[in-house]
Amino acid sequence: MKLTLRIWRQKDTNTAGRFVPYEIDGVTPDMSFLEMLDVLNEELIERGDEPVAFEHDCREGICGSCGFLINGVPHGPRRHTTVCQLHMRFFKDGDSLTLEPWRARAFPIVRDLVVDRSAFDRIIQAGGYISAPTGSAPDANVILVGKEAADTAFDAAACIGCGACVAACPNAAAMLFTSAKVTHLNVLPQGQPERDERTLNMVAAMRREAFGSCSNHGECEAVCPKGIPLEFIAGLNRDVIRAAFHRHREPLVVVGAPQQAAHDDV
Amino acid sequence: MPITLDARIPSGPIEQKWDNGRFEMKLVNPANRRKHTVIIVGSGLAGAAAAATLGEQGYHVRCFSFHDTPRRAHSIAAQGGINAAKNYRNDGDSVFRLFYDTVKGGDFRSREANSYRLAQVSVNIIDQCVAQGVPFARDYGGLLETRSFGGVQVERTFYARGQTGQQLLLGAYQALERQIAAGTVTMHPRSEMLDLVIIDGKARGIITRNLQTGAIHSHVGDVVVLATGGYSNVFYLSTNAKASNCTAIWRAHRRGALFGNPCYTQIHPTCIPQAGEYQSKLTLMSESLRNDGRIWVPKQKGETRGPNDIPESERDYYLERRYPSFGNLVPRDVASRNAKEVCDEGRGVGPGGHGVYLDFRSAIERLGPDNVRDKYGNLFEIYERITGDDAYKVPMRIYPAPHYTMGGLWVDYHLMSTIPGLFVGGEANFSDQGANRLGASALMQGLSDGYFVLPATVPDYLARAELPRVDTSHPAFREGADEVRQRTHALLQVDGTRTVDSFHRELGRLMWDDCGMARSDASLRRALAKIPELRDEFHKSVRVLGTDEELNQSLEKAGRVSDFLELAELMCTDALHRTESCGGHFRIESQTPEGEAKRDDANFCYVAAWQYAEPGQRPVLHKEPLAFEHVHLAQRSYK
Repeated sequence: MKLTLRIWRQKDTNTAGRFVPYEIDGVTPDMSFLEMLDVLNEELIERGDEPVAFEHDCREGICGSCGFLINGVPHGPRRHTTVCQLHMRFFKDGDSLTLEPWRARAFPIVRDLVVDRSAFDRIIQAGGYISAPTGSAPDANVILVGKEAADTAFDAAACIGCGACVAACPNAAAMLFTSAKVTHLNVLPQGQPERDERTLNMVAAMRREAFGSCSNHGECEAVCPKGIPLEFIAGLNRDVIRAAFHRHREPLVVVGAPQQAAHDDV
Repeated sequence: MPITLDARIPSGPIEQKWDNGRFEMKLVNPANRRKHTVIIVGSGLAGAAAAATLGEQGYHVRCFSFHDTPRRAHSIAAQGGINAAKNYRNDGDSVFRLFYDTVKGGDFRSREANSYRLAQVSVNIIDQCVAQGVPFARDYGGLLETRSFGGVQVERTFYARGQTGQQLLLGAYQALERQIAAGTVTMHPRSEMLDLVIIDGKARGIITRNLQTGAIHSHVGDVVVLATGGYSNVFYLSTNAKASNCTAIWRAHRRGALFGNPCYTQIHPTCIPQAGEYQSKLTLMSESLRNDGRIWVPKQKGETRGPNDIPESERDYYLERRYPSFGNLVPRDVASRNAKEVCDEGRGVGPGGHGVYLDFRSAIERLGPDNVRDKYGNLFEIYERITGDDAYKVPMRIYPAPHYTMGGLWVDYHLMSTIPGLFVGGEANFSDQGANRLGASALMQGLSDGYFVLPATVPDYLARAELPRVDTSHPAFREGADEVRQRTHALLQVDGTRTVDSFHRELGRLMWDDCGMARSDASLRRALAKIPELRDEFHKSVRVLGTDEELNQSLEKAGRVSDFLELAELMCTDALHRTESCGGHFRIESQTPEGEAKRDDANFCYVAAWQYAEPGQRPVLHKEPLAFEHVHLAQRSYK
């Protein structure tokens, strides 16, 4: 097949970018999308043009490195599929595709299709863990975990931190990402002692970054390659209110309300 | 410099060695710990776990990763599970049995004391991970589930669906992020280690390149830990992530760290075959598929009919035929080698004849499609995603692919290399796995090293070593940084005609053909003649565009491929010298009449630890003899 690509080229964070058109021929249905870009890059290098930078690593849909917009959709047209697992058989000869990086203030562009997602790490630093110093653990079967809780925790923990949810959100909110980690840890018995602190601190950290607020569009769920459901966001909101009641000397935080410094000092 | 390989194995019976060793270790007073800087390169299971744990203890840790965040490390891609001798099933498991299985599975080429410690510590790993919130599979009573794996006879493998590596890595990542927030760990993402700095014979720091800005930085520490994974990408096509590389361990090797058993590589039997020249990596399909899938090829060479048109009488279920008792469940190395043989005979299927069928028809008839879907649904989906074929209707095509490297930097019982102050953990060391690794043991080793071994042995070193204050103005740092700059400039200045990937692909093909699943004296000599030519060609005609002051992915790749081009030669040298077959290393000259790997214990019961020599000169071989006091040397048989 022959394709026309319009790819966002940007030298670095501080230089303006633009779309550059490329033609690519000889694309076969068994290629993955990233292999198609590999072939394009080989051609670019051969003719002396700098190759397109894009992030990728495992190419099995689990490391979360890859991701960009294909015709405006994070990871492209196929549901529950990262761009590394998307194969060219889902496209047809003559297609015209526009590739651009995640667009979000909290994710500055590093180069071409590569963005800086370190804001996600800072949200985790605020409370996305269970404090269990090495060596302090009791026997693994001492605390029973009901199968339902274990399964919910797993479903939430399947998040790969790719950032598609932020890229799809009209507000560039990080609610799906944050709610997935909060849900994973808050449903487990091991996560209870820090539950309220975790919830409030992670929400506060999310607000410190340049993410927007959630207005229940649901675009995040639609593009999430791991199928993280919107209901986790409802659960996060519930846990925020719960935490605020438990710590009744703190003002109530309503997720989505105008940003205030309520917990920024926590 | 004379080198003595002292494994520093503690005294006493094997059950007590780790306890004795820990008691003999010197400690660092809590108030003094923050005065010590520990450099950890890599943030996978071993690196993240060690960084988090040493940070908790109060050391000042600096952790480096070439990824944008530590959570991307390739440990994340492990599917199947993690072994632990918990014996929750009451099915006869014990620390000793896991130890025994590891030594036997490794075809008697691991160090007994290390393998025993690994089995011992396995129990604590599960406790630690559960406490962190790792969502392992559980039964309806809320207890942990286990399953059997990799041909052992007990159910000791803990798992989190098909994403065990991801969940364990996220546990370690979260512990690491907690320490970053606490200020004990400083994280350096997008930073690639390009050299090791040695002062007065001790590892005292590293030189890194910031992959975003290109800046070369020097970092001083009291100790350096490498946890940078394996080198299967020397084959270009492997199950490893695209960026996995040997650069950190190779540069340390060039600075004097011996390299142990470089030729021990594991080829995984059930991967999706290559579809075309552009293919960038191979995808593993869980080995569990062999529980119900039947492997076959057509009896006829050059068969052109589709699989469903070939009648039963014209199919060769070659594993069931050759190994009646283990059948399709023979160990990884045996399954892989047999697939290659039938393909070499011209009976392979699919593009290029590089594939065999893995057929679920009889399982679907026996169990019904719904049961098969319950067990393997996600794997069938992965397969369809990649190949476009529906495995409920046509057999899967599979082929072996490089997956794991048992070789790595030589380390003693403390996981310290031959350079004082340079420790190596996880797949990067030559490890506890011998010549072949059992399924679900890689995650175990990464976390054992990271959570339990290094946090005991690194402080012992810090307490004993004399570490005068140095800073980055020391000549060793300036020389190291200059060399890194020169090497980087040299790659850019070639301005030749061929892309980095074209060289990497050629090297991979060469290594796969001549130093892959079956190796011979002739093939290895051929490779040893061709690799230096390819390396010269690379340095004469590689084309890397752009500059070294920006994010330049071709430049990153070029540095890594130039190191693979050197490592490849050492792998072939090692494979040529080891004229026996053992585990993943199969020399066609050394096989039993039935075609099985035949060890030569009289001559090769040792670890081959190689000392670096400049290209063109022969590396120097040092031997660490292996003694088997608890598991008696025996020929493996799976008939």
